[in-house]
Amino acid sequence: MGLRVEVRRVLPGFLLDLDFSSEAKIVGILGNSGSGKTMSLRAIAGLEPSVRGRVELNGRTLFDSARRINLPPQRRHLGFLMQDYALFPHLTVAENVAFGLGRVSAEEARARVMEQLVAVQLQGLEDRRPHQLSGGQQQRVALARALITKPEAILLDEPLSALDVHLRSQMEALLIETLSAFPGVALYVTHNLEEVYRLAEEIVILCNGKRVGAGAKEEIFRRPQTVTVARVTGCKNFSRVRRIGERQVEALEWGCALRLQESVPEGFDSVGIRAHHLTFTANAEDPNTFPCALVRSIEGPFRMTLYLKLLLAQASAAHHHLQAEITRESWESLRNRPSPWLVRLDPCRIMPLRNDGDVRDGNGGSNNSTAPSVQA
Amino acid sequence: MDALFIIPLALPPTVVGYLLLLVLGRTDPLARALSNWGISVLFSWPATVIAATVVAFPLMYLAARGAVEQVNPSYQQAARTLGASEWRTFWRVTLPLAWPGVLAGTVLAFARALGEFGATLMIAGNIPGRTQTLPLAIFFAAEAGNMDQALAWVLITVGITAVAVTLFNTWGRRAQLPGRAARRA
Repeated sequence: MGLRVEVRRVLPGFLLDLDFSSEAKIVGILGNSGSGKTMSLRAIAGLEPSVRGRVELNGRTLFDSARRINLPPQRRHLGFLMQDYALFPHLTVAENVAFGLGRVSAEEARARVMEQLVAVQLQGLEDRRPHQLSGGQQQRVALARALITKPEAILLDEPLSALDVHLRSQMEALLIETLSAFPGVALYVTHNLEEVYRLAEEIVILCNGKRVGAGAKEEIFRRPQTVTVARVTGCKNFSRVRRIGERQVEALEWGCALRLQESVPEGFDSVGIRAHHLTFTANAEDPNTFPCALVRSIEGPFRMTLYLKLLLAQASAAHHHLQAEITRESWESLRNRPSPWLVRLDPCRIMPLRNDGDVRDGNGGSNNSTAPSVQA
Repeated sequence: MDALFIIPLALPPTVVGYLLLLVLGRTDPLARALSNWGISVLFSWPATVIAATVVAFPLMYLAARGAVEQVNPSYQQAARTLGASEWRTFWRVTLPLAWPGVLAGTVLAFARALGEFGATLMIAGNIPGRTQTLPLAIFFAAEAGNMDQALAWVLITVGITAVAVTLFNTWGRRAQLPGRAARRA
């Protein structure tokens, strides 16, 4: 049971080589743009040419290049919610939704279309054309159209990314409701880590066409294991480390000695800490507390991003700043404190990581490190 | 195959006429088989149809092919994931979306067929009441100095063309609405 995927496609300058299997009902694929998310979905749906590998859904083989099985898209029974919706512009909303119905009586078709339209709260719009609808409405039509065929699995390609903030939370609520009522497997692709956390049960992390991490979402976010996974899940601060004692390491990029909660497992040569886990304290005696100077601050509507430099003798690597994120309320009280401020890297918040080669220049702590980009 | 459809567009009409003469002429096995059945194509009205079709078809073909290729493939892919066969995808999605282009091709082909002169003259001749087409009638009337009769044919031709273009325009505009929406979306 569940979904087993093993797809490989070679393109000039890009290699998609994704494998994962999951029994979860909602699987999220998280990756930056250009990581091969859309191509993976298309390969699973049978829309991508020259794919090698295997796709199995609930024990049914949809594709197996070794056994020369390759069901055409129309026989895979997968719903595909495309990023551009691909609503048929020459058909009305009702005709679009009814498109996937096989040979059924006009009466039954009407009833089932209405049922779907009610489910996505679009009743009353059945005679409109797609271009007369807003983006959010178009998306809901596409969802209704995909669900009416009762697919065994539904593939959703960045369903919320084209919507504005207000619509997005509405649509997300609708998606959560729809997907929990959906009997099949949902594969949800996005670059938004909050979205994937809220929607999916299990997460596959895709980077440069490869799976770099997979598992239950809580586990992935709490213990990312590698620098790449930590980065894709939103971690901003990285440093290579050198062991200097039991539960003690020297952070090479940050230029400080750190105490850890547990001893560093074998093969873990880096650490990371999330920006919102950095705290400011008045007590210099706390473990992992260092004086720091503010280099730069960026004001957000609700939160402040602070770039900090540790004021330590061995902090030769002056350009590696720590990035902290605090609420504006904390900022108001912090800004009046006398400098230098004391920043604390809580030992139980420090995540031991393996540097898996994603950190090209050997450090992840630089603030303007960009995610590797590949043309897909 | 592609080239075979398009070549008649590039060749001078008299060359097309000459090649058709060879294909349909008495020595060709196909024509011989037909004449055994008592059917002779050359210098009969079907010859005018063949000449006009061969010469005008490439325009229709090119326009229709271009229009079909212009259809955003994600519509066809969406149709397939919804379980539609290739056949249903073509008739319900591709063709309706390509329709304005197909219509435009029809107008072009119609105009070209109406004006067909060279190939027709070569394989159908100019037999009044049987193989005489409008352009031939105009040419021979004018050549014989019969300007009034030529003018009458000219007016008829202009009338037919005007009606056809108007019809295609109205149909085309109606068919184009979804096409425009597709481009805007």
